[in-house]
This record gives sequence, C-alpha cells and structure tokens, in this order.
Amino acid sequence: MVSDFKTLKKAAKNADTTLPKVKIALLGDTATQFLATAIKGAAQQNGFYADLFEAEFNQVEQQIFDPESDLHKFQPQFTVIFQSTHKYLTSFESMSSCDKPNAAQKRIDFLKEAKGLLNSKLIICNYPEIDDGVFGQYGNKTAQSFIYQNRKINYLLMEFAEQYSDVFICDLSSLQNKFGRDFCFDSSVYTSTEMVLSVDFVPYVSQRIVDITAAVLGKFKKCLIMDLDNTLWGGVIGDDGIENIKLGHGLGIGKAFTELQLWIKQLKERGIILAVCSKNNEETAKEPFVKHPEMVLKLSDIAVFTANWDTKVENIMNIQQILNIAFDSMVFIDDNPFERNIVRENINGISVPELPEDPADYLEFLYSENLFETASFSSGDKDRTKQYQVEAERITERKKFADEGGFLKSLNMVSEVQGFTKFLTPRIAQLTQRSNQFNLRTIRYTEEDIARLENSDNHKCFSFTLEDRFGDNGMICVIVLEKRNELKDLFIDTWLMSCRVLKRGMENFTLNTIVNYAKSTGFKTITGEYIPTLKNSMVKDHYPKLGFAPVEGKENLWVLDVDSYQEKQVFIKEK
Amino acid sequence: MEKSEILSQVTEIFRDVLDNEEIVLADTTTANDIEEWDSLSHIQLIVAIEKDFKIKFTSAEILSWKNVGEMIDNISKKLA
Repeated sequence: MVSDFKTLKKAAKNADTTLPKVKIALLGDTATQFLATAIKGAAQQNGFYADLFEAEFNQVEQQIFDPESDLHKFQPQFTVIFQSTHKYLTSFESMSSCDKPNAAQKRIDFLKEAKGLLNSKLIICNYPEIDDGVFGQYGNKTAQSFIYQNRKINYLLMEFAEQYSDVFICDLSSLQNKFGRDFCFDSSVYTSTEMVLSVDFVPYVSQRIVDITAAVLGKFKKCLIMDLDNTLWGGVIGDDGIENIKLGHGLGIGKAFTELQLWIKQLKERGIILAVCSKNNEETAKEPFVKHPEMVLKLSDIAVFTANWDTKVENIMNIQQILNIAFDSMVFIDDNPFERNIVRENINGISVPELPEDPADYLEFLYSENLFETASFSSGDKDRTKQYQVEAERITERKKFADEGGFLKSLNMVSEVQGFTKFLTPRIAQLTQRSNQFNLRTIRYTEEDIARLENSDNHKCFSFTLEDRFGDNGMICVIVLEKRNELKDLFIDTWLMSCRVLKRGMENFTLNTIVNYAKSTGFKTITGEYIPTLKNSMVKDHYPKLGFAPVEGKENLWVLDVDSYQEKQVFIKEK
Repeated sequence: MEKSEILSQVTEIFRDVLDNEEIVLADTTTANDIEEWDSLSHIQLIVAIEKDFKIKFTSAEILSWKNVGEMIDNISKKLA
C-alpha cells in the first residue's frame, strides 16, 4: 500500500541517515519539489536513505551536458529524468509540420546522447497520455498528431531501455491508465505551481521510482507463497470435495480463480518460485493439482508444498529453510485476514498483501501492487523452480547418510569452470545483483561492467556451475580477482555463491581453483575482504575458516600464502 | 455553514497537514505567521480543503487570498 503525501513528507523529514544510502538525482522540466520529498519518504519506508539531488527547475539539458554541473559533481547512483507530457506537447506545438512526425524520435536521440554522458543508472519516466483532440480520433491515423507522437515515444522508450541493462522506465503511463487522468493531474495546481502530478498521485510515482532502485540494489521478491482454499480455488477442498470446488472458465466465481492461477503461472515462468502453505491434509490438498481438469497450476510448478495442521508461521519458516532466501523476498497470499495478520506479525519483512474480500477483485488488486519489480531478466529464470524442488529432495537424501563425506561423494558433483563469456554475462550480472547472503563484498555489476571485467588485463574472472545426480544447479559461484602485480597479490574483488549449494565443499573447490591460478601465474598471496551488510553475516568468518590469516591492523581483511597452501579435499570434479 | 464553523474546520486541516497541534487561525493570519506554511504546504492545504469541503478552487482563487479571512470568505461563497 502507498502512503499519502503527508505521511511521506513526515517520513522524509525524519529520515534515518543510518540506513543504506542510495544517491538519486532528480531532473525535471516541471516543478519537482513534491516528487523529491515523496521519493525521500518512500525510500525511508523501504529501508533506504535517499541522498537526493534535485536539479533547479527545468535544467535537464544543462545539467547533463555541462561536465562541471552539480549533477556530475554529485555522482548519483541513479538519475531520474522526468520530462512531462505538457512540455512535450508545448514543444510539439511549436514544431513545423515536417518536424512533427519526428518529435518522438528527437527526444529519444536526446536520451541516447544523455546516456553516453551519465555514469549512473538511468530511470526515465514515460509520458502519460494527453489527447489534445486536435485531430479527433483521426489522430490515431496520422503521425502529425500529438497523441500519435505521445504513444510513439512510450514505445520508443521501451525499445531504448531494452538495449541497456542500466536504463529503466518508470511507467507513469500505466499508472495514469489505472487511476485516470483526472486523478493524476490537477489543472488548477498545475496553473499556479507548474506541478504536473497531483498531490494524491505523487506517492504512487515516488513508490514506483523507489521500487526500481530497490530492485537494482537487490531488494525484490523471489517467492510467492500461496494458501489454497478460497485463494487458489473457491471453497474448501476438505469439506466440499474435488467436484464442488469452484474453478474454471465460464460464468461465475470459478473464473476469477482460474485467471489468478494463469497470472501466477506467468510469474513462475518469469522466475518467481512458488510455494504452497495450507492447513489441510497433504493428500487432500494435492488432489486438485493432480486430478482437477481446470487447475492451471500443477504440482510440478510448486517448489515446496506444505499442507499440514501446523501454524502457517511454522510452515513458512520451514519453506524459508528449504529455499534459503530471506523473508523480505517472500510474498504470502491468503484470503483469511486472521492468517494474514499472524504471518505479518510474526515474520519480519514478508509482504502480505491485504487481498480484497471478493475473489473477483484479487487480480486487479494484485496487478496494482507492483509486488514483483525486477531489475533483470534472463531466460534461465524459469528453471528456478526445478532447482528448488531438487534441493528439497537433496535435503531428504542427506538425512540418510551418517557422515558428510559419504553424502557428498554420493552426489557425484561436477563443476564447469569458465571465464565470463558473452553467453554467461546476463546471468553473472544478475547474480551480482541478487546475491545478498553469501556475498563477501556485495559489489553490484551491470552487464556492461561484467563485459569490461572479462576483457580487463587487470582482472581474472571465474564462474562455476554445479551439477549432481539430482540435477543441474546452473551457475552458482562468481569470482572476480584483481591483479595487484606490484605486490604479487591477487585481491578477491568479488566472491559470491548461491545459498543453494552451501555445505557441498564448493568453497574449497573454488579456493583450490583460485590458488592454482595464482601458482601458475606467479602470484604469492591472495587477499580477501569481508564488507559487512545487513544480510551477509553468514560469511563473516569465511576467510579465516578457509585458512586465511588476518592482516595486521586491518579489520575484515585476510591474506593467504600461496606457496604453503595445502590443497583442500573436495568431492567435486571439474568438467 | 457559519464562517466560524468553517474557520474551526480549516484550523483542523491546517493542524493536520502542517503537523502542528498548536496552530490557531484568525481572519488576519497570513503565511508569515505560521512557520510551516510555505508555498509547498500551501498546495497541500488547498487540496486538503477542497477534499474536506468537497469544493474546487479556480487557479485564480488559489493565488488571490491575502489572509485566512479571504480564504474563508471564498469557501463560504462556494458552499452557499
């Protein structure tokens, strides 16, 4: 839920400067004071401190093109460009009829140029439509009309953003579609202040901007946990039986549940992990998934299925253990307000949307919550469910072995070690953005950064996959080494691993690989650093555990002597 | 609605929007008298008043008032 402007203003005023800082620059061609305040407030509510630079009114071009400008001095992580439809319309109206058909393209050309001059990530607000009615509906048929150029620029912006992994679109246009122009724009306020966003609309815009920054900084949802009765289907399976639950196309409420399931299936295809948490007998709960002809979701779509009579809090904790992801990356949906409250109160960080009472309203409500913002997408994301299902199997298997070595040997693990090839770039960038727990320095890289590192003479990069007899985990470990030639030292710039492969000896295998590289290229020492964050305390003692010695006088800095290194025993073979 | 009633309702809105329970308004009060009343919060106040009284000011009206009294007169006229 989005707070009103007054609440955001208060949050901005009392912003907690000890929260993780995010530097945001805001450039607008209309008055942006309200938006600036609201961004600060929304950041605070989302657990960040926004260090915000607001450019003087209508200075978008000057700030970008002048290398000495305050914007460049500020060195933002994110630059938000908010150019209004109003100003676009005004400049369109002063164009000659031969320039008008190129109005949208001209703005994109400007953005392309701007992109080259900015080192920060770029968030571009798109253009809520203004239909000036000059051509009537014929405007849809001619590039001379403003509505044509308005829709065209929004399309071109998507194409533009698609080309760069560090350009994002804040979709004001879809927000206006949802709320309507009369809500989003207040003409008397505009006339007296040059503000194009109404006071009631500003909070939604600021939230969407903060959603993007949060996703880029690694805070986003990875998992959807679902109740069953009256959430995924109408009725109670245990009481009503499989033939009487409401589900399926045609008239009636069954349609609402079917369409909800279709949406959830799309989320799964995008890479959201699905889990079930239901108070039911397991067999009864699974029956519709197996037998009901109208069920869209199948058991194979669900990574973890918990149906029993324990509390939902216990079961969600259990799901968390298996998936090994943070609670604040989980969303829980349940029709029952009581269960929602218990979960919300007992599990810190989990998102529990306040579903409307009528299941017919579920979908429209969930669409508008923008729960599943992401800063990247790769085609491998859709296989994530399979990997987590396999992990649940492994956990069961481990219990059968008395000693760790026996279990690890039985897994027949194989790892493929490679550099950062072009094919792997998106996945590597994504891992640097997503991994929070097993991440020693939490340095985030874009796809461009990854390509640059691979071609750098001063760096050596490794990526590791891990496969075992249960299945392929895909790429699970990324290493970036910085060559400090004058010291004959390799500095570990990045060491991150997927938590799915903990306790498999992957750390040892990785270190063996690094040391072998050091030996073959004449490096004498390897230095590792731990930079603490709110989420990575699990690797606090990573380096000492691997035999690194503390660097005197330096906290969290560790060094390993290459020549005296004893190769560690591993149960992983190199592919 | 009596002007005194409007004044007390507007006072409540000022206290709420400006987050200051000690605000007391009189007809002669101007933005200079209240610290939190700046050009930004002025817009918030207008929007809150419009919502509360279910009225809509014209853009000329928004910029025309010299003090609270004139604002109250304007609201009163719209409610009549």
